[in-house]
Amino acid sequence: MAGPTPQKINVNGCEVEVLRQGSGAPLLFLHGAGGLRGWAPFLEKLSTKFDVIAPSHPGFGRSDTPEWLDHLSDLVFFYCDFLEQLGLTNIHLIGHSMGGWLSAELAVMGTNRFQTLTVVSAAGLRVVGVPMGDIFMWSAEEKARKMVFDKAEGERRANEKLSQEEADIALKNTFTSSKLCWSPRFHNPELEKRLHRIKIPTMIMWGQHDPVFPAPEYPNAWHTAIKGSELRLFSNCAHSPQSEKLDDFIAGIYSITEGSER
Amino acid sequence: MKFFFFHLMPYSAVDLDAITDNTWIVFPNKHYDPKEGHKLYNRYLDELEYADQLGFDGVCVNEHHQTAYGMMPQPSVLAGALSRRTENAKICVLGRALPLTSNPLTIAEEYAMIDNITGGRLIAGFVRGIGCEYHAMMVNPGESLSRFHEAHDLIIEAWTKEGPFPFDGKHYRLQYVNTWPRPYQEPHPPVWIPSQGSAETMLWASHPDRKYTYLLTFSPTESVTKHLNTYSQQCEKYGYQCTPSQLGWAFPCYVAETDEIAKKEAGQHIENFFNKFLISPMQYKLPPGYSSLNSYKIVVESKFKARGSYLSIGSLIENGMFMCGSPQTVASQLEEYQSKMGFGNLVTMLQFGTLPHDLTKKNLELFSKEVMPKLRHLGNETGVAVAAE
Repeated sequence: MAGPTPQKINVNGCEVEVLRQGSGAPLLFLHGAGGLRGWAPFLEKLSTKFDVIAPSHPGFGRSDTPEWLDHLSDLVFFYCDFLEQLGLTNIHLIGHSMGGWLSAELAVMGTNRFQTLTVVSAAGLRVVGVPMGDIFMWSAEEKARKMVFDKAEGERRANEKLSQEEADIALKNTFTSSKLCWSPRFHNPELEKRLHRIKIPTMIMWGQHDPVFPAPEYPNAWHTAIKGSELRLFSNCAHSPQSEKLDDFIAGIYSITEGSER
Repeated sequence: MKFFFFHLMPYSAVDLDAITDNTWIVFPNKHYDPKEGHKLYNRYLDELEYADQLGFDGVCVNEHHQTAYGMMPQPSVLAGALSRRTENAKICVLGRALPLTSNPLTIAEEYAMIDNITGGRLIAGFVRGIGCEYHAMMVNPGESLSRFHEAHDLIIEAWTKEGPFPFDGKHYRLQYVNTWPRPYQEPHPPVWIPSQGSAETMLWASHPDRKYTYLLTFSPTESVTKHLNTYSQQCEKYGYQCTPSQLGWAFPCYVAETDEIAKKEAGQHIENFFNKFLISPMQYKLPPGYSSLNSYKIVVESKFKARGSYLSIGSLIENGMFMCGSPQTVASQLEEYQSKMGFGNLVTMLQFGTLPHDLTKKNLELFSKEVMPKLRHLGNETGVAVAAE
């Protein structure tokens, strides 16, 4: 899908690539460890109703990899500056996987800028006794097969021939996500006790067959920690409801955003 | 020439059929039987002590975690055991993996203790540890290199600077560095850097501030030659000449009465070493961030895509990953390599894979009695390694 022309936005000397399209309330999508992977159908669909802003995080895609990037918290503070610079308020915040963790960290710092929060197959919490899948121990092919529920689609992705630039970006994304999420593995032990601070309408969406953050334990942990949140679990869905369950995902976003205007 | 016996202490009692594609990190420890382990630890220590009696200049141990490949997650325990049961041999820990500890001063302490007990027989190896260790110990591979350099600086300062003093690094921040005991050797034990040829490591180890002994481990002779020569050239670029004592080569070796007998006796055991004990998937060995993006791509192309198939004793001998044959064959090959590579340290792995005790003993005896004397005169301290082109 073609989508909008990528923009470069420079925040304190760090240039990130941003895809932005649509009008309406701002909707910030924060991607996961695998990177943004272009203007996906769900972004296109959301852009018919929202001003969709989808950046590639520092260290990912074609964005800069700054010297200061050591921990996930560095991304949290980067986005504080990013949102301030763009002057965005009343944002619908959506984060997937590692981006879900990032969006929750942003929200616990203060929800002034945010209208709603949606976390999708999110990293960030560790449920004791329920091990996560370990993407760093999987080969690229194994990862491609596990991450999607549909076997044929998994097979297609496992055998996909990437261009040199795509392969380089995939490697860069893996290096950065490893740097940020290696230990503690894809979570912040301090996050759970802070989640009570999130009092805006919150949606939690998850695949029942998530190979990394198993359902129902992981989504339940989010649901319990954020009072009043809504949980939607999708059958026949692995790690990416936004592509595997496009219509249900869009319905979930419409549902949480409707009537939330301040 | 100095001769060293390097033991990897494989858990050779392992059920080889249980190993399909991996012996590291998650290869279940139900395959480890402590009763067998007890026997093996004592057997292997006997072999190292025997090497001291046979006149080897040093005995070597190293560090690997959660694997049947080697039973030495804490090599200083073994160095401690050896320190009282050997008399002349240097005790080389090749090495401790510096980035894996949360406080490298523990390594400064361990090493200083061994150096004190032995009256200065310690050789201090510093390594980053292979990629697998970063999965096993959950240390961020992306921090490996900077932690290594910082831990090194901290240890050397702890050994050479008067304490107490504060240390303010990125990874390690300490209020009172004041290591007791101080090392026996002045200014500190010799430092060896085992490596597989990374350019960054060479540049760093050969620096005039350090001039560390660079030990090339387990590589085909073609790349050993290339890397050791590059190291010598790097020393020249720094404005000094590399001595043979600054260069070492580590490799598995088997000597028997004739070439044929050597191949027959060693064959299955060296093949087990390379095809069973050493194997793990690429992403185990190369976690993201362990090397730079560019080095990562080069290593994937050169090492993993090029290899893949079963390594037979024939191919291992052919590319020089394994020295095997009669004393005459092995000595003349090593003499030739010495003239090309200029090393003054031969680090021989005379036990490998499933090689049993009797053959290991025989190997140690033949190598020390029939190979060492033929090579002793090479690589003397005053000469230079190899004239850099």
